[in-house]
This record gives sequence, structure tokens and C-alpha cells, in this order.
Amino acid sequence: MKLLRLTLPAACLVLAACGSDNDDPMPTTMPDEDMQMVEDPAPVDPDPADPVDPVDPTPTTIELMITATNLTYAQPLSPIAVALHQEGQFWQVGEPASNALEVLAEGGDNSDLLALGVVQSKASATAPLPPGQKTQLTLTHDSLDGQKLSLISMMVNTNDGFTGLNALDVSAMTVGQAMTFTTHAYDAGTEANTEAQGTIPGPADGGTGFSADREALNKVAMHPGVVGMDDGLTTSVLTSSHKFDNPLMTVTITRTK
Amino acid sequence: MKTRIIPLITGILLASGTASAASLDVKITNLTQGIYFTPLLVSAHTSDAMLFQAGDKASEALQAMAEGGSLAGLSEILTGINANTMENPAGGLLGPVASTMTSLETDAGNDRLSIVAMMLPTNDGFVGLNSWPIPTTPGTYHIYLNAYDAGTEANNELVVDGSGAPNTPGIPASPGAAPGTQGSGVTETESNTLVHIHRGNLGDDDSTGGKSDLHNTVHRWLNPVAKVTVTVK
Repeated sequence: MKLLRLTLPAACLVLAACGSDNDDPMPTTMPDEDMQMVEDPAPVDPDPADPVDPVDPTPTTIELMITATNLTYAQPLSPIAVALHQEGQFWQVGEPASNALEVLAEGGDNSDLLALGVVQSKASATAPLPPGQKTQLTLTHDSLDGQKLSLISMMVNTNDGFTGLNALDVSAMTVGQAMTFTTHAYDAGTEANTEAQGTIPGPADGGTGFSADREALNKVAMHPGVVGMDDGLTTSVLTSSHKFDNPLMTVTITRTK
Repeated sequence: MKTRIIPLITGILLASGTASAASLDVKITNLTQGIYFTPLLVSAHTSDAMLFQAGDKASEALQAMAEGGSLAGLSEILTGINANTMENPAGGLLGPVASTMTSLETDAGNDRLSIVAMMLPTNDGFVGLNSWPIPTTPGTYHIYLNAYDAGTEANNELVVDGSGAPNTPGIPASPGAAPGTQGSGVTETESNTLVHIHRGNLGDDDSTGGKSDLHNTVHRWLNPVAKVTVTVK
């Protein structure tokens, strides 16, 4: 993948653009076709009789590079959080949102989710990701054994909409391997989608983010989309420009070490 | 001389395991309820070329396709890079829930499949498949496609004759249900000028007036908007 960018052949220059992401769903060529278990560089059987190396052996470091592109027209995405974990999920459709998820989905603050006990490695972007832009994050850990990757971000011009990747198995990724996914829109089910002034934290409104109150539904679901004042919701601060459709992001995960 | 060199190179590529020639059947189904596809471009090309990329600016050739359905620019580029291309397999518009089928013989190295067509009625919306790696294993493969916005024209949703030319605002045609008239325009600006996922048509329920010339009960869609079935023989 990287190679393509470096070689940048002439054909690329005349065509639209070069890059390595394929943002179309490719169910038939899911990258795991090529996936093989990584043989951990097995430490040589330690023989107690051998003299001990005075310098600690460098611990094996796994590095994953995550590139995310915001595919929406006008929904900035709150600072993207990525995490490695062996247990748990940031969300489950049909289940009530955790408090940490509610904080992210209503206000874009990912710190509670990243502070969860199950998180073993984490990274967060420092700023929201504007429409059309991409960002890159790096995760490091000492082993990929049993590791799952989650990524999450709020669509900030919504009441409690978020998008991400949910506990994706990355344990078998080999060095150099890249996997590309697209993400869908979810509704945390914690705040009614009133779109009313003062309820949306993004630039469309500048309203309140997190509020501990829960809407009656109180279950995570796929997002129904926004309505907006142009579509007859007279009390909405959103316009037709804030509408979105799936997918919301393209995410490429590359194991670099 | 030349004629001798070319087969020689091809022979080397094959021997070194580079993707070899393939024979494909490609079936494309419009999954929408009220959107038409302009003539489709189906092309197998090398992995270093792309017709479009979400998050990047549209080329002029892509813009011409997305705003007016013209395949001339993209086709010329594809010819220049020795792609294997089939234009307009449906022989015109591909209507809602209609399918078309075509065959493609690909040369060695042309191991990526791309498909584009403008969506009508939209300002600069298109259905797209970007550089799908053609499997080497014979079989039948299914791919679902999304609707993109080229980011080159404000989505005013006004049907205007002759507006298919780049930089002329408006939707050039609305096949099927007769569009509304005298809309005031949904917007005059395009804040995201990069290729992105289309946010969808707005439309309205006012056939003479309102903001949009489109109908909010007819001209909407959700992704995916097309299904592609590729049979590798």
C-alpha cells in the first residue's frame, strides 16, 4: 500500500487522485483472506545456564497505524479515539449506552471511554476531524494476542450520534498488512433527537453536549439520520447540509511493526 | 521491433506472477426506487490508477461525468493507460431496480475494477466503485456501491436544461416522475469541495415552488445504491 504512494506513477497524476484506501464495501475480499497468524518471534528458549545478558532485551513492540477519512458533507467528527482491548465493547446495539459512551455521543469527549479498565493501549486525535479530511493515529502494545481494536467519534452536529469500529479482531494481523473498513452511524439512544437550539454541541449550534438525563428509549440503535429545518422540523437548528448517509468514515488499519 | 518486444514483456510479467489476464462477467443493478444512472463506465485498470478517491478533489473528467454524465474525459484517460473499458452497457439510462450485464476481457496487470455513472436527478452525485481488486480465484463476487458527491457543484436541486456542463449549476434532467418547477434552490454553496458520501436529496412536496424541484417522496435514497455481481471465469 505504501509502495503505491511512493512510486506515484504518471497514471495517477492524470486521474483523479492516488491513495491506497478503498472506501467501498468489499465483502468478498475482506482482508482476512490473506490473514495468517503471526508467529511471535519466539524468544530463544532461555537456558538458565547461559550468562544473562546485562541489557534487557528490547521488548517486542507492535505498532498499528490507523488512518481515518471523514466522508460526510458537513459533520465534523469529534477527536477520534482508538483503543486496543481484549474484553468488552464500547457499545452494543440494543443495549443501553454506558455513561462513558453517553459522554462521547452527546458531547464528543472520549476521555471516559479511553479510561475504561479494559483499554490496554489508546490514542486520541487532538482536534475534531473536518469533513473530507483525514487523520492518522498510532497504537503500540507489546503483543497483539487476543487484541481487539475499537474506534469511536461523535458526529458533532447531532444530538447523540456516533460512528466507529466495534471490537475488531486484529490479533492475526501480520507486519505490513492493511485492512480497510467503512463505519456506520449509530444513535446512543441517550438524548432525544430534537435538533433544538442549545442541544447540539457542534458548529451548527454550539449548544450543550453531555447531559446526564436519558431519553425514554435508552438503547443504542443505528442512527435514523437528521431531519433539519429544510425538511419540515421547524424547531431544528440543522439544515439540509447536515444530512448524512452511511458510511461515515473510511478507516485503514496497517500493522507497521 | 515493437511488436516483438511487447509480447516478450507480457511473458515476463506472467512468469513473475503478476496478475494475469482475466475474463469477467459484470452485472450491475440499480437498487434505488427513483434514481436513474447515466451510461455506466466499467473499467479494469492497473492498481496505480484511480477514477476518484473520497477525500480528494475531483478531476475535471470526473466532474464532467458527475455533473452531466459525460464519459469522454474519463474514457480518454483510461485509453491512455491501456485500461480495458466497457462504456454504456445498458445502452442508455439504467432505471430504478433495472440491471445490465456486460463482459470484460482484462489484460495482464489491469487487476482493479472501477465503475462510475452519474445519478439523476442530482447535481453532481454519482455511483462509484473505486479500484476493487479483481480476485484471481474463479467465482461469483458481490459488491454493494455507495452514492458519492463530487463536491464540484452546489446541490441546489433545480432542474435546468443544459446544466450538465461543468460549472453550470443545476440538474440537467430528471427522468421518470416529472420534476417540480420554480424552486428557489436548496443552497448556492458547496462547503465540502472534496469527493464525499452524498448526503442525499432533500426534495419537497411543492410541485411549483418550494426550495427544490425534486420530490421528497420519490427522489431520495439510502446507501447502497447499486449491486455489482462479478463472475471471474
